[in-house]
Amino acid sequence: MTTKTSDDETLTEAISAEPAALPPRIVVAEASAPAAPARAGGTPKVGAENVNIFYGARLAVRDVTLEVPEKSILALIGPSGSGKSTFLRCFNRMNDLIPGARVTGHVRLDGEGLMDADVSVVELRRRVGMVFQRPNPFPMSIYDNVAYGPRRRGASDKAAMEALVERSLTRAALWDEVKDDLHKKSGLSLSGGQQQRLCIARVLATEPEVILMDEPASALDPVSTLRVEELMRELRESYTIIIVTHNMQQAARVSDRTAFFNMGEDRAGYLVELGETRTIFTNPKNQLTEDYVSGRFG
Amino acid sequence: MTASQSSGKLRAASGRSVAADKAATVVLWGLGGFVLLLLGLIILHFVIASVGVMSLSFIFGDPSESAVGGVGPLLFNSVYMLVLAMLIAVPLGLLAGIYMSEYAADNRVTATIRFAEEAISSVPSIVVGLFGLIAFVNLTHWGFTALAGVLALTLFNLPLMARLSEQALQAVPQEERSASLALGATKWQTIRHVVVPLAIPGIVTGIILTAGRVFGEAAVLLFTAGVGTPIHYNFFNLNVFDDSSPWSPFRHTATTLSVYIWKTNSEGTHAAQISQQIGDGASALLLATVLIFNLGSRFLGRILTRRLTAA
Repeated sequence: MTTKTSDDETLTEAISAEPAALPPRIVVAEASAPAAPARAGGTPKVGAENVNIFYGARLAVRDVTLEVPEKSILALIGPSGSGKSTFLRCFNRMNDLIPGARVTGHVRLDGEGLMDADVSVVELRRRVGMVFQRPNPFPMSIYDNVAYGPRRRGASDKAAMEALVERSLTRAALWDEVKDDLHKKSGLSLSGGQQQRLCIARVLATEPEVILMDEPASALDPVSTLRVEELMRELRESYTIIIVTHNMQQAARVSDRTAFFNMGEDRAGYLVELGETRTIFTNPKNQLTEDYVSGRFG
Repeated sequence: MTASQSSGKLRAASGRSVAADKAATVVLWGLGGFVLLLLGLIILHFVIASVGVMSLSFIFGDPSESAVGGVGPLLFNSVYMLVLAMLIAVPLGLLAGIYMSEYAADNRVTATIRFAEEAISSVPSIVVGLFGLIAFVNLTHWGFTALAGVLALTLFNLPLMARLSEQALQAVPQEERSASLALGATKWQTIRHVVVPLAIPGIVTGIILTAGRVFGEAAVLLFTAGVGTPIHYNFFNLNVFDDSSPWSPFRHTATTLSVYIWKTNSEGTHAAQISQQIGDGASALLLATVLIFNLGSRFLGRILTRRLTAA
């Protein structure tokens, strides 16, 4: 595997979009101009520039440009079919797995283009973890679930692994509930909310920098949902998080910035507006956004 | 509890579908029970029929030309050829299944391969036997050998094993693969640590179905491994190239238990009553062996799943 260990191209490759060259489009987002970061000193951790995603001949996501400052939470909201999840998956190249899917444009992690042919997707996915909509722990013990990622990278020191598993489960706010059953219980024997926190712990154990969450709480009960949201606020201290959600209250509660996606008349999803979450929910610039967040469609 | 307060219409409407639901349950349970009953009767029949015959000397002893004797060498041949056939079919079939399930594109070529796999494994065994006679007995100039029998069995076992492995792997939810890949595992790691371990119950089913055909097959082996007068085996002769060693794959005329049942009951080698006794005893023994093999496979499969997922 070819693995780039340094980010030395980071600065030279940094965003240099030329808005004049772009075709007319509905996108009004802050696009290439760095958005006022929600947290002081936030530098862009991941970015997408003129990203189009095709399924075969069909355009699924049209020309999205956005950036996510380091250690912040970006929420992607919008009606079904607006391409949020599809767009999310270009940050860890999970679209590679879909036959016929094609992504054009630039996607960057720390300024480094991650769609180049010589990028190791294995290394990329270690740095950019993902939590899925439905909790999907492996049918293995709790311990083996958490240890899965590090073991695939060759970690074998038992004491270090035990410490890593404990640290990851603690960070995912699950340790106290499972510490006595680590080897005895299967990940599948946990409740839905616990399973999702186990999946988060499993991602944390690979020590990622970015965590993608695809409607992580949509299959959970309200109490579990709140726990996961609390957890996200804590994780934000150390990680850059992008979350897709149908739940606007959730976006409002957890995120620093919100991107509103809509489905165009050609059925392709596009970015309507991106801004600080408070602005998007109280004083959006675009009428569509206002209609959506006030529940008039979607 | 509020049902009594509902209108009569509501109750009548649900009454019909409830009756249909109950009827379906009764019919399905009845059919399932019937199949189990048949199986139970078959087993019971041979258990009772073999009472007078079954003994250690029958199981392990040498055959006799005048009396009931034993079936030791024949049982050995059955197990020997099973092991040899599985040594070929399981690894190759599993690898083929992995390729078809995880790597091959879904196109007309792979559709043709799947069709061929299913077609070959359902070719009448007498035809496979005749093909084996030409390919592994005559063309090779080996004569009737254990290996010729094994290779002929492989002709329909391997495609079956490949197809069943593929189906077992395909049944593993896509989410499991996504979860593993998203954690930075490579494709092969995902197959090795997630997909195959989760498919093991299905793969074991494939092994059991494949093995069942080896145990039960007579027609294929008649023309390839041969039918002969069973001889005494010297198990201490470990020279695998010696024709008289039971361990040699090239040894001539390796009659299996199934073939022996056919032989004693069709060729009139023994008095009718003795033939019947040998048949009953051998059949009971065959059933017991298959049962032990199946339970053993399930047990090993479960241990294997645990070992693979914990690694």
